[in-house]
Amino acid sequence: MGSLYYSIPLFNQRSTQLSQMYRYDSYDHKIISERVEQFRDQTQRYLAGEIPDEEFLPLRLQNGLYVQRLAPMLRIAVPYGLLSSQQVRKLAHIARVYDKGYVHFTTRQNIQLNWPMLEQVPDILAELASVEMHAIQTSGNCIRNTTTDQFAGVAVDEVEDPRPWCELIRQWSTIHPEFAFLPRKFKIAVCGSEQDRAAFLLHDIGLQLVKNHAGELGFEVFVGGGLGRTPVIGSSIRKFLPKQHLLSYLDAILRVYNRYGNRDNKYKARIKILVKAWTPEVFAQRVEAEWEHLKDGPATLTDTEISRVKSFFIAPDYQLVDNSELDKQLKTLAAENKAFCRWLERNVQPQKQPGYTSLTLSLKPAGVAPGDVTDVQLETIADLADRFSFGELRITHNQNIALTDVLKSDLYQLWQQAKVAGLATPTIGTINDMICCPGGDYCSLANAKSIPVAEAIQRKFSDLDYVYDLGDLELNISGCMNACGHHHIGHIGILGVDKKGQEWYQIQLGGSANKNASLGKVLGPSLSRDAVTDGIEKLLDVYIENRLDQESFLSTYQRIGIEKFKERVYGSTS
Amino acid sequence: MAQLLKDHQVVEDQWLMVDEQVETLPCGDILLSVCQWQQFVDQLDQHNGKIGVWLEGNAEIEEIIESLLDLPLIAIKFPKFVDGRGFSLARLLRERYQYTGELRAIGEFIRDQLYLLKRCGFNAFQFSDNIDLSEAAKSLDDFSETYQVSTDQIIPLFRRR
Repeated sequence: MGSLYYSIPLFNQRSTQLSQMYRYDSYDHKIISERVEQFRDQTQRYLAGEIPDEEFLPLRLQNGLYVQRLAPMLRIAVPYGLLSSQQVRKLAHIARVYDKGYVHFTTRQNIQLNWPMLEQVPDILAELASVEMHAIQTSGNCIRNTTTDQFAGVAVDEVEDPRPWCELIRQWSTIHPEFAFLPRKFKIAVCGSEQDRAAFLLHDIGLQLVKNHAGELGFEVFVGGGLGRTPVIGSSIRKFLPKQHLLSYLDAILRVYNRYGNRDNKYKARIKILVKAWTPEVFAQRVEAEWEHLKDGPATLTDTEISRVKSFFIAPDYQLVDNSELDKQLKTLAAENKAFCRWLERNVQPQKQPGYTSLTLSLKPAGVAPGDVTDVQLETIADLADRFSFGELRITHNQNIALTDVLKSDLYQLWQQAKVAGLATPTIGTINDMICCPGGDYCSLANAKSIPVAEAIQRKFSDLDYVYDLGDLELNISGCMNACGHHHIGHIGILGVDKKGQEWYQIQLGGSANKNASLGKVLGPSLSRDAVTDGIEKLLDVYIENRLDQESFLSTYQRIGIEKFKERVYGSTS
Repeated sequence: MAQLLKDHQVVEDQWLMVDEQVETLPCGDILLSVCQWQQFVDQLDQHNGKIGVWLEGNAEIEEIIESLLDLPLIAIKFPKFVDGRGFSLARLLRERYQYTGELRAIGEFIRDQLYLLKRCGFNAFQFSDNIDLSEAAKSLDDFSETYQVSTDQIIPLFRRR
C-alpha cells in the first residue's frame, strides 16, 4: 500500500443530523482506497512509459478519465444521484484546487471535471475517497453508475424506496471480476414509483419495483433499452423477480451478454442489439437457463443485508406541523410576491410527508451551460442543504439539483437565498429547463456545438409568461448521435450533425421518457444553427394554435401528428 | 524454456503448445486446440506426456465438458485483452463444472487484469510478451477485499460483514 490509507470521515458539524444515505464501513473504505492506490500505481507506470496507450485506455476509463478536446475529463460517480453537504463541499474544494472552479452535472446523475491534470487524478480520487466517493466505472465497457428517481424516498407515488436497491447494485457492480470487459458500456436504472423519473426503460437493464398479489416485493425486469445511435425502448423479460434474487439474476443477464454480445462492431455491441437479434423471448429464455444454475446460490440476498442497507435510508426527524396552516401562509406569501409564486409553481412539488416539500434548484439560468455549477455555488448548495434539507441533496437526470424534506415554512427563506446564488430560475419542466450535453465546445466525439444552441433558445424564449403558457415541455439537445443529451426522448429533440464540416441540427418531435416511453420522429432536413430558434418558434406556434384546453405540447403532437409542424417549418411545398 | 506465473510463483513452463499444422504429435506435455484434441483422439492414450487443451473465449463447452474435466491443464486464450469472454468461461469451468486442474490464461491479456483473472479462477498466466513476471505478480493482489461472489471467494461480502 502507498502512503494514503482510508481516513474515517469527519461528520459534518454544521448539520444536526446525519444525511439519510449509505455510510461506508471499514470494508467499503478499504475497497475504495485500494482502488485509488491501484490507479495511482497504474498512472505512474503509464507516465514512466511502462504501460502503452492502448492498455492504459480502459484502465483510465474505468476510473472515470477521458481524454477530451481540450484536456482530460474526469467523471465522478454520484451513486443514484445522492450527495451529502459534506461531499458537495469536497467537490467545491476539488473544483477550486484541481480544476477551473466549476463542475458539470450530467444526465446520468454524475459530475464531470473538465480540466483536471492526469498527474493529479490519483490525488483527486484520494480526496473523493475521504468523503466516500469515487470515479469507479463511470466510463469504459463495464457496469456504470446505477441511477434512479431524484425524489426517491419522498415521492408521493412511490411503491418502494429504490435507494437501498441501488446501493446493493452499486456494491455488486463495483470491481465485478467477471464483467469489467463487456462488449460495451452497461447502464442500470431502478424505478420505484408510478411515474418514471429515471428513464429506466432506456437503460440496458431497467428495474421496476413492484409488489405481487401476495404483497411481496420484487422487480419487473426490462432489458435492451437505450439511446445512442439505435434508440430502443426496453423489453420486459420477467414480470416478477422476488427481491432476494436480484443479484443472481443480474449476474445471469450480464453473463449471457458478456458471452454472446457482439464484439466485432462497437455500434452493434450494446445489449439492445443482442436482445433484438434473439428477440426478447429468446433472450429471456437464455437468461432463465443461466439463472437456473445461480438461483439460490450464495449471491441470494439475505434479510439481514437488505435490512442493513435499508437502515441507512430511514426517514429524517420530521416535525409534526399544521400542514393546512403552512399552506395558508404560503398562499399569502405567494399572493404578495409574483416571482416567489412562479418559483413555487414550477420548482416545488409535494412529497408524501405532511408539511414538507421537495424542490428543484435550477442549473439552467440563461447564459450558463446547462448543468454547470461554480465552486461558490456548490458551497451555497451545501449550506442550503444543511439549513433546509437535512444535509442532503440529489442530482436529477435533467441536470438540476433536488432538495427534499424541506419544511413549507422554510420555502420563502430558501428561495431568497437560492435566488442570490443564481439557483432559483423558475423554469423547471419548461422549454428553458433543457437537457444539453457539453457538445462540441468540450467533447471530442461531438459533431456540433450544443451549448450555444441551448443559450440561443433560452434567450429567444426569455419571456416567462410565454414560457409558462407553453407549460411542460422537454427540449433535449445532443451534439452527436451518441445522444448524451437524450434528444430521442425530448418532446422536442435537437441533434447536432456534421455536414461537410459544417454544424447542422436535426429536429425530432414526440419523444418521451415516461412509462409510455416513445422515441422522437425526425421532422425533416436539418437546419443551420441560425435557423434553429426560428424553427422552434414555428413549432411552438403550431402547438399554441392547435392545443385544446390545458393540453401539453406532447399531447397536442400525439393528437395532430407531425405534418402540421412539418409544413410550418419547411413550407407546404416540401 | 519460457516462464509463466503459476500459483503466485514464477515457474518454468513444462508445456508445449502444439502448432496448428502438425501431422504428428510432439513428445512431452502438450497443449492442444480443441480441433487437434479431436483430430488426434486415437493417439492420446499412447502419448508419452500429459495432454492439455486450450479454448477460445467463445467456446461452447457443454458437449465436451466431461472430457475436459479430466485434463490437468485447460488454457483460455484472450484474442485481445478487452475481450472479456474468457472471464465468464473460466468461472463456468471452476464454479459450474468444478474443474480443479490448472486454468491458464494465454494470449493478449495484460498485467492489470491479473487480479480479476485470478478472481475468476485462473491460477496460471502465460504472457504473450516478455515481461518482468515477479513485478507483474504484484497486480494479483491489488485488492484485499471484494464485494462479489466469485471463484476465489464464494461467500459475498454481505454474508461476511
